[in-house]
Amino acid sequence: MTRTWSGATVPWYPPPEGVHPPLDSPEYRSTARRHPHEPLVLLPQRLTEITGPVLGDGRVGPLDHDLTRQHAAEPLGQRIIVHGQVLEEDGRAVPQTLVEIWQANASGRYRHARDNWPAPLDPNFTGVGRCLTDADGYYRFVTIKPGAYPWRNHDNAWRPAHIHFSLFGRAFTQRLVTQMYFPDDPLFSRDPIFNSVRDEKARERMIAGYDHDATQSQWALGFRFDIILRGQHASVFEEDDDD
Amino acid sequence: MTEPRAMVPERRGLTPSQTVGPFLHVGLPWPDGPHVVPEGTPGAVWITGTVYDGDGVPIPDAVVETWQADPEGRFDHPDDPRGSARSQVEGFRGFGRCPTDEDGRYAVHTVRPGSLPCPDGSTEAPHVNVSVLGRGLLDRVVTRIYFPGDDANHTDPVLCAVPEERRHTLIAAPDGDGFRFDIWLQGDRETVFFAL
Repeated sequence: MTRTWSGATVPWYPPPEGVHPPLDSPEYRSTARRHPHEPLVLLPQRLTEITGPVLGDGRVGPLDHDLTRQHAAEPLGQRIIVHGQVLEEDGRAVPQTLVEIWQANASGRYRHARDNWPAPLDPNFTGVGRCLTDADGYYRFVTIKPGAYPWRNHDNAWRPAHIHFSLFGRAFTQRLVTQMYFPDDPLFSRDPIFNSVRDEKARERMIAGYDHDATQSQWALGFRFDIILRGQHASVFEEDDDD
Repeated sequence: MTEPRAMVPERRGLTPSQTVGPFLHVGLPWPDGPHVVPEGTPGAVWITGTVYDGDGVPIPDAVVETWQADPEGRFDHPDDPRGSARSQVEGFRGFGRCPTDEDGRYAVHTVRPGSLPCPDGSTEAPHVNVSVLGRGLLDRVVTRIYFPGDDANHTDPVLCAVPEERRHTLIAAPDGDGFRFDIWLQGDRETVFFAL
């Protein structure tokens, strides 16, 4: 949907009702002392909100999209291709936008000083990737499937395998950080972070699909993960009765 | 309005937000992240602060991101209805990103933004939009930094919509040559956060 502003057409980003997890999600214990108690104040979408950083080629190196080629040898693990399209709610592609990912290695360990559970580090894996979407909003990474790992949220707690995704879109309003999960993970039902998204259909949108067309024979399994950001531009209506 | 629904594009469900988790430092920091403007830019200042939880404990696993207009109040962005304008400030990125350190501190190096016109003819006082992401935050929280002693603050439509007794949480404090802006996620000193 668009609005007019001094005769110019400007985008509008519908509020994300009922999709994002509540900041107060008691099952995820770390939210207890980190969620605001006061009600949020409405911030109208004006110039600072409808604009955002345009981060171009300078942020992305030639091998940043391939997490299996950033060291002297290949990392251990199941080689995978993760690809998809970044879209707005109306299906419009978000071109030339920065996509950043980070993840654990195949044994479920991050290259991070505070991750010290007894699983091996892989000298050939950093776990960081970046790319820009193309003109049609497509991105593509080559990496290895991350392992599940334990955490201390509750007794015998394990995170399902996931890849962190960070997206800018084209406006401050569209900024999104999420996690991509893999199909049929038996840990879903016990994970408070995955289940902090209350709507089942919304939760399913965080799960990549196995993509046989993207799978490359004798080389790597393919997964597709489309990412939908706020935004609706194609409607001709000044005000839509969206429900 | 009863237009035929078929004319309305099919609306796709949004991808939900998830926390950046405790290992955000693996993926999010950039070497030049805190530099909204390059070192040595005339008039540049450091905005520094600490991010605190509801117990008043500094948070070492958060990221503070900033977005702002340039000193002329312009954005180099195609959706600005005044037209995209490349900043006169050499190397101005508008965007800053700084993970908090072991003591919960962040810092961004920037220039003071200009004021901005609103569609109703009013003016927004100079401000910096802020996103805070972190472990224990399932979605970002959004706040704004305003600058102390700016007369435009008194008529800023966003500040005026905030209960008066909480407005001070959005105004940075002078700190040497720069400014200090602490962020309290919860508690008696809780910062005002916005829904957008």
